[in-house]
Amino acid sequence: MKKDFYTVSNVIRLPHKYAAGPTFTRFYNGLEEGKIYGTSCPSCKKTFVPARSFCPGCCANLDEWVEVSQEGEVVSWTYTDREFFGMPGKPPVVLALIRLDGTDCDFLHLIGGIDQDDLEKVKSSIKRGTRVRARWNDEKKGHMLDIKCFEPVS
Amino acid sequence: MTNRVGIVEVAMTSGAETKDYFLDQVFKISKEVLDKSGITRDDVGTVISASSDVFHGGMSCANSYYWDAGAAFLKNGSRQDGESLFAFIYAVMRILTGNYDTALVLGVCKGSENPENDVLTHFFTDPFYQRQMGLNETIAAALQKREYMDRFGITEEQCAGVVVKNLKNALGNPYAHVKKKVDLDEVLASEVVMDPLKSMECAPKSEGIIAMVLAKEELAKKLTDKPVWFKGYGSSIDGFYLGDRDLLEGELPNAAKRAYDAAGIKDPRKEIDVAEVCEPYAFQEMLWCEDLGFCGRGEGGKLLESGATAADGDIPVNPSGGVLAMNPYVSRGLYRLAEGFLQIRGQAGERQLDKQVNTALAHSTHGFAGQCHAVAIIGS
Ligand SMILES: [Zn+2]
Repeated sequence: MKKDFYTVSNVIRLPHKYAAGPTFTRFYNGLEEGKIYGTSCPSCKKTFVPARSFCPGCCANLDEWVEVSQEGEVVSWTYTDREFFGMPGKPPVVLALIRLDGTDCDFLHLIGGIDQDDLEKVKSSIKRGTRVRARWNDEKKGHMLDIKCFEPVS
Repeated sequence: MTNRVGIVEVAMTSGAETKDYFLDQVFKISKEVLDKSGITRDDVGTVISASSDVFHGGMSCANSYYWDAGAAFLKNGSRQDGESLFAFIYAVMRILTGNYDTALVLGVCKGSENPENDVLTHFFTDPFYQRQMGLNETIAAALQKREYMDRFGITEEQCAGVVVKNLKNALGNPYAHVKKKVDLDEVLASEVVMDPLKSMECAPKSEGIIAMVLAKEELAKKLTDKPVWFKGYGSSIDGFYLGDRDLLEGELPNAAKRAYDAAGIKDPRKEIDVAEVCEPYAFQEMLWCEDLGFCGRGEGGKLLESGATAADGDIPVNPSGGVLAMNPYVSRGLYRLAEGFLQIRGQAGERQLDKQVNTALAHSTHGFAGQCHAVAIIGS
């Protein structure tokens, strides 16, 4: 937006390449095979997803790998029909925290398979506790969006 | 505490957009606080600043950029990246070492120049998981708000009530950015940004350059008739991934307990005269009030409705208008502290509370949905 005083405009573009490390690499390899991997803590017995290499609570190494359930319950969700920076896909979107069965943290992902034309329709089909299941993209490339979304289980 | 640290003076900009050059603003405010304190730059022992480089200023040379403008030329000092209440405790500790008699604390952020807040907060995520899902601060807050409503029955009207209260308070604050009288219906009718969050429930992006002079006890008493003393501080940082946390059972109770223990506070609701809390999203003020021990779990809405947190209530919260009225990101913790300082000194002008203010609480938060919290207690 033009302002009524003299300004200097500048756009900063910063290309980074982040090393994924062995744990995320193995998690992404799992996604390519249509599997969701977590790791379990030998101390507190919690299962974390995505898989990670240490337990934040116990300060313990996590090297017990588990393929976790692709089904779970919606814990919380949000909806927007506006475009926003960094958004996965095009509006409208429903982003949710999902507790996958047998895990001990919430998995952040998209909700799909419901009419998202307007908020009231979304509200009628998704609530805290709604059971959802992963739907996969045909083409997978080792990315969170290999899972297309989670859809309500009918 | 045997060696006390006093706040001597504060100077700050308003949150509204200005056409001023950032360094001129930093210089003006730094100079102003030294003049008010009756000291020169040579008297400044150490300088601690808070700023966020690329993401809240588009410069990555940190304090080397504004160091000389901030009366810190050739000084022994350092910088906190991120929340400015951390810079405050850093400065307090430097004085407590006995190596410095005075400290200048700076918080700098010129939000008017920046992209929208969430373009920046999107980069608070990790690139491997949460960034791929598009997460930003408003999405995290929306997920938190829905849980607050679902689990504790907090209503849209109560959330909107926080906005009405705080913007009303801001009308009396010359430093506030958003100055507008609003009613419940207006807030409830504002457009949905990220359901269940509406635009008026979300803080703006503001300018905020603030400077504070701290001094060791005997010097603070010499420099001012009304030093305000540092009493206690606590912080806690929860796990990084949003999904690892119970968004309604966060780390603020721990941060608060650490500050209360240090300050000897047993009954916060009775012993604290005013609280300035950091509520970038309206509902968070109610949740943080619960966490701070002003009411029971899930009772933040009732606390608001009772009028207890209004300017004339028994535990006024955000008489300055809070972050909803002014959100200079990294500086916002120091602005909370500055309001507490002015209220204790009886210098809060139109918004001065109609009671004796001896003890003030300043809270700040950063990260998603209250991942990180800091609480400072100051008093007369
Ligand atoms: Zn563990």
